[in-house]
Amino acid sequence: MKILVCISQVPDTTAKIAFSENNTVFNAQGVTYIINPYDEWYCLVRALELKESGLASAVHLVTVGKADTEPVIRKALALGGDEAFRIDTDSSDPSVVAGQIAAFAQGQGYELILCGKESIDYNNASIGAMVAELLDMNFLGFAAKVDLAGSTITVNREIDGGEETDSCELPVVISCQKGVAEARIPNMRGIMAARTKPLKVIPPAAVAQLSSIVAYEMPPAKSGVKMIDPENMDELVRLLHSEAKVI
Amino acid sequence: MSVLVLAEHAQGIFKKKSLEAVQYAAKIAADMGTTVTAIAVGNVGDGELKSLGNYGAQQVLHTTDARLDNFNSRSWAKVVIAAAQKVGATVIIGTHDTTGKAVMPRVAARLQAGMVSGAVSYPDLSKGFVVKKNVFSGKAFAFVSITSDIKVISLMANSFPVIKGKGTATVENFDVALTDKDFSVKVVSVNKASGDIPLSEAELVVSGGRGMKGPENWYVLEALAKELGAATACSRPVADSHWRPHNEHVGQTGGTIRPNLYIAVGISGAIQHLAGVNGSKTIVVINKDPEAPFFKAADYGVLGDAMEIVPRLTEAVKKFKANQG
Ligand SMILES: Cc1cc2nc3c(=O)[nH]c(=O)nc-3n(C[C@H](O)[C@H](O)[C@H](O)COP(=O)(O)OP(=O)(O)OC[C@H]3O[C@@H](n4cnc5c(N)ncnc54)[C@H](O)[C@@H]3O)c2cc1C
Ligand SMILES: Nc1ncnc2c1ncn2[C@@H]1O[C@H](COP(=O)(O)O)[C@@H](O)[C@H]1O
Repeated sequence: MKILVCISQVPDTTAKIAFSENNTVFNAQGVTYIINPYDEWYCLVRALELKESGLASAVHLVTVGKADTEPVIRKALALGGDEAFRIDTDSSDPSVVAGQIAAFAQGQGYELILCGKESIDYNNASIGAMVAELLDMNFLGFAAKVDLAGSTITVNREIDGGEETDSCELPVVISCQKGVAEARIPNMRGIMAARTKPLKVIPPAAVAQLSSIVAYEMPPAKSGVKMIDPENMDELVRLLHSEAKVI
Repeated sequence: MSVLVLAEHAQGIFKKKSLEAVQYAAKIAADMGTTVTAIAVGNVGDGELKSLGNYGAQQVLHTTDARLDNFNSRSWAKVVIAAAQKVGATVIIGTHDTTGKAVMPRVAARLQAGMVSGAVSYPDLSKGFVVKKNVFSGKAFAFVSITSDIKVISLMANSFPVIKGKGTATVENFDVALTDKDFSVKVVSVNKASGDIPLSEAELVVSGGRGMKGPENWYVLEALAKELGAATACSRPVADSHWRPHNEHVGQTGGTIRPNLYIAVGISGAIQHLAGVNGSKTIVVINKDPEAPFFKAADYGVLGDAMEIVPRLTEAVKKFKANQG
């Protein structure tokens, strides 16, 4: 059973977000990139665990991105991925990213495709379900626990206002969040091994672009905090009612 | 041409965020000179279905196949796709929650429609079809232009007020041919927190951080939340230490919320925490450290010990509510 893990490169969580060219281009200057935390901490580690326990034969990684994503892909290989594939195009359009992943995975026999619940840059939370639709597979979103027994997958997943346990037969696409696994740190052996693991560059398939980001905007700056006398919570309530109008 | 909106309900009552989505659809339809069809799945009474007219729907398609009562993205997407084809929908709207995030991308992929997920504005039709959404986990917004014929939007909850009007909608039974394969996911068990306000749609939220010292102190936050009618949330280390359930964790790696009021108690205001809450309309920070970074992102601040301030605030709210009658 081969697992495909979708790896997205994103700015570090503490990165200062800024834009240039009249707010149309993300300013990457001084920004460090990381593997999207959900992809690294949960999807990849769970895939490795399934392989280590003999339930999976290989863990492949796929990234839709240009050559600048390779350091991040190498880190994922250092954690333990077997082979990586970089689809050589870059897009903010989820239809393009999902279309590329689906075109790549089609017919390759991946029975479990793992992606993060959301990327922390574009926050679409949509790639996994799109890939599932394009490959005519089931999709189980927002998993907090993923178990495999034979060819049956069982997940605990978040639903609106609660959680549920679902099960289905492979193949399936699952989006993962906290709970699925515990984050790991790459060790020296993994880092050395990653240097020689295959990282194949795949030319992009013909996939139509259906959306594009035309501009960015920073949220309005707060006008400054109004400090309230800790002895006078009636005043805070009054302000929340008559000034902020939220209660 | 028409606008289609998926309206979710809980035990037969439409959710507030879905009413928001219906009125959002109605505004778009009005701007485009067309009508709104809502689609509802499962057990909902006729009166409740018709009431979507109050929020601007002209027509409601009602699908009652009992197999759909267990939510699954594949079967639900098929229903939405069939409805879209029936009414010739050019704009399809859902909510940006665990339901919409699973269904709407499937619909978009199937119909080769461009999608904006987590929209926070009406589409700007003067520029084609441009919608604003959160990016970089709330640290910025992007304006996304959709260029395909069909457009799919999932709407961020609490982005628009729900305005109740007077219209009424016609209701039509809508059967969709579904196969066993559409139901190949088995729901083993469901565990819904009953009675509580779901965090994602709460207008008021009381949240606690490591400054609360331990789960045994949460009763002061719960009392405040109860008095306000608020939901409760927490910072990541609090969920990591199992002081609170994981679904209350907000921030970059937790949930993103946009309540009208976010009260942060004993939370330092790390950038990863702010990422999940900085869309809140008003932020109150209670912290004993005047240097806590959260004060910079706050509208109102109170300097002091949580265990003293919060009960005092609860009393003040109680008094206020009593005076309001
Ligand atoms: C990749 C990554 C992702 C992350 N994602 C998230 C996320 O999604 N959400 C999240 O919350 N964090 C996230 N974090 C963690 C984040 O960086 C902070 O460590 C975390 O938010 C701190 O939580 P806290 O404010 O509760 O605790 P602390 O930072 O320990 O702050 C406690 C605060 O309580 C105050 N305090 C102490 N005692 C009292 C008292 N008696 N009365 C009043 N105030 C008091 C202190 O002054 C302090 O400001 C992430 C970190 C990383 C690296
Ligand atoms: N460019 C990309 N290449 C590979 N996988 C991606 C890419 N973008 C997003 N993903 C995957 O899809 C998940 C959800 O991303 P999103 O829909 O953008 O929020 C991420 O956690 C990744 O697993």
